Amino acid sequence: MRRQIPVVITFIVGSVLIISVFIPHKPFGQLGENFSVYFDIIAVFAFILGAGNLLRVHGNRIYKKHKDWPYSVVTVAGFTVMMIAGLFKIGGSPGITGDLTEPGSMFEDLYMYVFTPLMATMFALLAFYVASASHRAFRAKNKEATVLLLAAFVILLGRTPFGVELTSWLPDPLSFLEIPNLASWIMSVPNMAGQRAIMVGIALGVIAMALRVILGVERTYLGADSE
Amino acid sequence: MIRFKIRLALILISASVLLLFGYISSPGQELEAPPEPLPAPPTNVVISDDPNDDGHTTIVSWQLSRDDGAGLNNVMAYEIFRSTSPEGEFLQVGVMGKGLDSYIDRGEKEKTRNGEPNPRYIGAGIDYYYKMRAKSTTGTYSEFSELVVGQAKNNWYHTGKTNIMIAVLIFSGLVIYFITAAKRGKELYVRPIAGIDAVDESIGRATEMGRPILFVLGTGTAADLATIAGYTILARVAKMTADYQTKVLVPVNEPVMLAVAQETVKSAYMEAGRPDMYDEQNIFYVTAMQFPFVAAVCGLMIREQTATNFYMGIFHAESLILAETGAITGAIQISGTDQLAQLPFFIAATDYTLIGEELYAASGYLSKEALLLGPVKAQDYAKVILLTLLGLAVITWSFGWGFFKSLISTIS
Repeated sequence: MRRQIPVVITFIVGSVLIISVFIPHKPFGQLGENFSVYFDIIAVFAFILGAGNLLRVHGNRIYKKHKDWPYSVVTVAGFTVMMIAGLFKIGGSPGITGDLTEPGSMFEDLYMYVFTPLMATMFALLAFYVASASHRAFRAKNKEATVLLLAAFVILLGRTPFGVELTSWLPDPLSFLEIPNLASWIMSVPNMAGQRAIMVGIALGVIAMALRVILGVERTYLGADSE
Repeated sequence: MIRFKIRLALILISASVLLLFGYISSPGQELEAPPEPLPAPPTNVVISDDPNDDGHTTIVSWQLSRDDGAGLNNVMAYEIFRSTSPEGEFLQVGVMGKGLDSYIDRGEKEKTRNGEPNPRYIGAGIDYYYKMRAKSTTGTYSEFSELVVGQAKNNWYHTGKTNIMIAVLIFSGLVIYFITAAKRGKELYVRPIAGIDAVDESIGRATEMGRPILFVLGTGTAADLATIAGYTILARVAKMTADYQTKVLVPVNEPVMLAVAQETVKSAYMEAGRPDMYDEQNIFYVTAMQFPFVAAVCGLMIREQTATNFYMGIFHAESLILAETGAITGAIQISGTDQLAQLPFFIAATDYTLIGEELYAASGYLSKEALLLGPVKAQDYAKVILLTLLGLAVITWSFGWGFFKSLISTIS
């Protein structure tokens, strides 16, 4: 019964949502949006579960002096400080209707001057990782990798002023050979064709997956394999 | 000196004569430009229902003013007004440029944010009165067109989605056919996928090295289909790790995902006959924020020196940071996502990548269950049909026949 009820609910909700795509009449037209709101409501309550799990896991690591336990102390301290700053609105307008994020509040200051720079630092790592990943990926190991390398070289060059200058002397009849034009062609023809082929595959995969879930063929996410 | 006085006298006389002439020609009034001719209003205004909505949209169409592109040729735009009664206050609902002869009037929500009635609301079955006027290039307006009335209707079928419905029905038929065929025992051949074949090997490697396996379900939500596909792969991987007695770490970024992932791994361990090995602490919630989640997972990879990393689900900008950190630690990495923008990063930085549909097909491949392989087979047939249609559309459209093109056209 623990498995059957979710499967029945999934079948009914999934079927109704598929039908609603083709029926604009009320209430079908709004069903997708409404179910999304229901999911958000459930997800908000589930955050209590998440916070509980975070404190339990890291509390356990601290209590048992697990390997690297000081990191858990930092996590729990960060969580507690932010929660207190937010719940008690320290430095901001008190009361239920008080704005948590008004300038000068502790929560806002922590968010703006500690959290945001740390997030930006993580994001900035991407620039270095793009370089290191390119270095590995663009090695001409075989024919395919050589084509990838050449295409990448043309596109990178075509996006720079140097690339524009390099072939700007070509006469008009040969302007299609200018590096920026070649770069645009690679992006809008072979690259776009490849992307669309992948998109067709993804669309079919999504429908197949949805049908497997709706028909109850795929029940792994319910832990059905234990039955 | 005398010459100077004579010149000054001449100048003064000339100025006096000119002033006198000016006064006589227009005594007591300034020069005025002739009045600007007003443009003619638009005619034959018609209100019709949008056939594909739930009664909140009307379509206003009209015949262009005779001064639009011809006649005085001074029309700049058309202004459309709506009211709920012929004598009521008319609200300007839209402006369309010259040369355009229709306007889609999309109604807004019934109430404003303050809970007051929204004048821009359109409801099904209510009479709405429309009138229009043309605006000239100099800012003058034509007379209003004649008052017309129309209604929006609550429609039962979206006519623009017929081709999608037929495609979904055909594909669903194929899926059900292959599932039924598989149930009857028909052997289904599906092409091998390198990334899936490498799953066994990568888990074996982690076991030999005595290091844990990391499984990341992405930064989507628990309800995304790509995440659900991730659970199905996690279940197979967890079962294998239970068999091999290897630890699997699953950090998640959403509490709902946490509950599902815990249940999935627990069931897999039970199925493998090793419920004693299941440790709830290995499947844990980190944070819902993207980059803090990445920082935590990258730290985990470096501290735990995970031997194998799986990335299955929806990923965004974090994909490359995760995959590059994994590459630095020397882990075997298998990724799978349906996010087009992240696929190049995964292909460049991980050892194997499940591209789009392969992510959805993975559970069938891993389980080798005929029931799950059926839809994979149906996908292959659907691709053949779609490619044939695309080819036919390109060829026939080149010769001016648009039938196949209309079959695969997007909703208008």
